[in-house]
Formats: sequence, structure tokens, C-alpha cells
Amino acid sequence: MSDLSVLYDAPGPRARRRNVLIATLFVILLAAGAWWLYGTLDDNGELDARKWDPFVTDSRVWTTYLLPGLQATLTAAALAMVIALPLGAILGIGRLSDHWWISKPVGAIVEFFRAIPVLLLMLFANEAYAMWTDVDRSDRPMYAVVTGLVLYNASVLAEVVKAGILSLPKGQRDAAQAIGMRKSQMMTFVLLPQAVTVMLPAIVSQLVVIVKDTALGGALLGYSELMRSVGLVSANYGNVIASFVVVAVIFIVVNFLITSFASWLEGKLRRGKRSTGVTVTVDPGAQVGGVGGGMAVAAPPSGDGEKA
Amino acid sequence: MFEFLDLERYDLFGAFWVTVQLTFYSAVGSLIWGTILAGMRVSPVPIMRAFGTAYVHIFRNTPLTLIILACSQGLYFTLNFDMGAGKDLEALGFRLAVLGFVAYTATFVCEAVRSGINTVPVGQAEAARALGLNFFQVLRLIVLPQAYRSVVAPLANVLIALTKNTTIASAIGVAEASALMKAMIENEAQLIPIAAIFALGFIILTLPMGLFLGWVSKRVAVKR
Repeated sequence: MSDLSVLYDAPGPRARRRNVLIATLFVILLAAGAWWLYGTLDDNGELDARKWDPFVTDSRVWTTYLLPGLQATLTAAALAMVIALPLGAILGIGRLSDHWWISKPVGAIVEFFRAIPVLLLMLFANEAYAMWTDVDRSDRPMYAVVTGLVLYNASVLAEVVKAGILSLPKGQRDAAQAIGMRKSQMMTFVLLPQAVTVMLPAIVSQLVVIVKDTALGGALLGYSELMRSVGLVSANYGNVIASFVVVAVIFIVVNFLITSFASWLEGKLRRGKRSTGVTVTVDPGAQVGGVGGGMAVAAPPSGDGEKA
Repeated sequence: MFEFLDLERYDLFGAFWVTVQLTFYSAVGSLIWGTILAGMRVSPVPIMRAFGTAYVHIFRNTPLTLIILACSQGLYFTLNFDMGAGKDLEALGFRLAVLGFVAYTATFVCEAVRSGINTVPVGQAEAARALGLNFFQVLRLIVLPQAYRSVVAPLANVLIALTKNTTIASAIGVAEASALMKAMIENEAQLIPIAAIFALGFIILTLPMGLFLGWVSKRVAVKR
């Protein structure tokens, strides 16, 4: 808790009294908000047991809507990640090329796809598949979602790869050159293997962004992923609020697991033998159609208070 | 080549103007709400810290699409919460979308501000406390001004992301740029030019923003 010490001392008796007072006021405020919410939901009959029961008693809710939806979400996310990673690696290495006629165009491509909303890419892909390919109508939304995600995330991952390679100590390059390696050998045998450990946590974090973005396909392209099941479930049971809450909880749990895995990985790699103790983090702003942009190379352990 | 672009029929500038407005109101709202959240997360009161942390984790891990749809279908259609727009459907969709964007984007603002607070050297706050300033004075006069200066770059990223995220408002029927693009590619057989126009529109919006704020962040950075 490094920020604790920045802002206040250990509280004395007066500060403690004041903190208790503030806490009490805040709890009252929260309780009022919760009471209002409860009242509104109750007035509209949204808290009726029959609206919430299906999620527990009726297995069909899960087997027909929620689980297939979750599967579709994870499938699209996994596919997008698997295709975007090698592309991103190529683009990232291309940006670092010594030849301007490689690095400049690649840089332009990366910046272009990062400046455009991922939804526009999906809409474009959807129409492109309809016009120029004979992808089956029922498969098209999935193709469009994955294509949009790949185009955008390959550009973000390109920045991660670039930052990862640049974060390595300069001595690694010098040593590789000193023993007479070519540039390609230096990249494949010296820089990339070490950069991978630096990049892994950032790559895993990007999965959260991808999982969240698949919901776009559900809302606007008719891809039957998890979020679309809200509409299907509530159409059957008339429980809009309940299905939103349940689906949101599923998303939160999945993403929380991914985030926890990324943090665990980061800790493990920092303590690991092969690491330089540096990690690359994607700017937290990277979100739906994220930000791209912010890549930060964190110095070895900084003792950040609570790791999100 | 551009004969399909019938500005009488397709209000291109109007659509992008809606995008700009969505971005502006959501940015102002999330800056305010995000700062309040950041204040909660670093406050000496445990219950406030817990609330801030829980809020950030919940909203950051929920897809923005879901939040926007929940604002529309949950708040309005189920709970009849109309945000004072009454029967004006256009204003209603717009306000619900802004509400959703603020709820979501504020978490990223909060995290950016909090990391900015962490960059302020402890000595600054200790000196302020030695002068006898209380918690709120320390925050308002010493810590936040410095934190904000180091936080311009991450906030710029959040703003650019927000600009791109406003396209999601089309899911609840707000007539912004991506909704118009969808309509145009369905009606006209000119996919590439249409996509190029909208891509260019967003690049015109986000690129100067990034460059300008990058310049600002260098200008105001605290030299230490």
C-alpha cells in the first residue's frame, strides 16, 4: 500500500473519530442507494422468485442458452488470440526493422488499425464476407467477429512485442553481434525467447479485452455469444434484470480468472531465472476497442500496493 | 467514385457530430466520477476503499456492450427510468448511452489517476502534513495537481478509447457514425469507399487528439 503513506499518517484519535464519522455517513449513503434500488426493483416485480428461480431450478436455461453462449464467446476469443499473436509478432518485429521500407509501412498499418473502432472492422468484415466469399450465412457473424478482433488485436500485440523486445538489456544485442550472429539469428535465438517471458502477462491481459469485445458481435451482428443469451432467456422467462445480472456475473468471473492468471504469471516470471525482472504492461485504458497506445515498461519489482 | 455519397440522404456530418457529442459528455462525466472513485480508493476509510475497489473490478470486467444494453433494456424498458428525457426517444437513447459510458470509462480514469497519485513522492505529502494541512487539503492542493500532470498521457489513451467505444451506442439505436455506416453498406454496393470514409472520420477524430495530448503531457510533466 504505497499510496497510503503518501496521503496520510497513521490516524490519531481525532482522525480515527473523523474516519468513523465519514464511514458512517458513507454507509448511510450506500444503504439509501441500495434501498432505493431495492424498492424500484421490488415495485416492478423484478425480485420475484419466479424470475430468479429458472437459473437454479431449470437446467435448460444453462444447457440451451448460457453455456452454448459462453462457449461461443470463448471460441471466438481463443481463435482471435491464436491468429492475432503470430500476426502481431510479425508486425512488431517489422516495426523494429532497420529497413525504412519495411518499418514505415508496418508502422502505418499498426497505427491505422489502432485508430479505428473494432466495431467498424467487424461491420466491414461482415459485409466483405457476404460480398466476396461464400461463407455460410450462419457462420458469417463468427467469421466477422474473429476477423475484426484479429485486425485490431494484432496491432495492439505488435506494440506489446515491440515494447518487449526493446525492454531487453542492450548487452544482449551487443553480445549477439559480438559472436557474429546475423540480425535474423539474433532475433530468433537471443531477443525473442527472452522477450516472450516479458510479454506473457500483457498478452494474457489482452485476452480480457478480446473476451469483452466478442459481446459486440452479439449485439450488432447476431453472433450467438453469451451476451445474446440475455435476450433469449428474458424472452422466455420475462426476467430482463435477472438475466443481465447473471450474464454479467459470468463475464466478470471469466475475466477475473484471466486477470488473476496474468498477475500470477507476472509474479512467477519476475521471480523466474530467465527473466530480466522487467515486465510490459498494456495501458489499462486498452479496453473495448482499447486504446492501444499506452505501453509501459515497468522496472523490476516496484512493490505496487494492490495489484488489480 | 463517390457518387453514392448522397449527403441529402445520409447525414454523414450529423452522425459524426453525434459521436463527438457522445464523447464529450461521457468524457466530462467519467473524469468527474473517475476522480471521485480514485479519491475513494486512496481514502483512509476502509469501507470507501472497499466500495471503490469493488466498483472498479465489477465494471471493468463487464463488456461495455452489456452495460449499454442494460442501461437501455434494464433501466428504461423494465424500470421506466427515463433520465428526464420523457418521450423524446432520441435524447433518451443518447442519455442512457452517456450514462453507460460514464459508468464504464470512469473505472479506467480512476485507475489512471490512482497510478498518478502513486507517482507523487512521499516527501511532498509529508511536507504538506508538516505544514498542518488536512487530508483533503493535501489531496486538493499538493497531490492531485501533481498527479494530474503525470496522468495526461494515460488519460489521453482513455479518451481515445472512449471515442472509439461510442460506436457501441448504435446497439441501443443512437444514430452515430457506426449506425450510419451499417445502414450505408446495406444500401449501397460500395463497401470499400464507405468503409474508407468512416475509417478516415475516426482517424481525423483520434489522431489529432493523441498528438495534441501527447504534446500537452510533455509540456506539463513534472520535472523531477
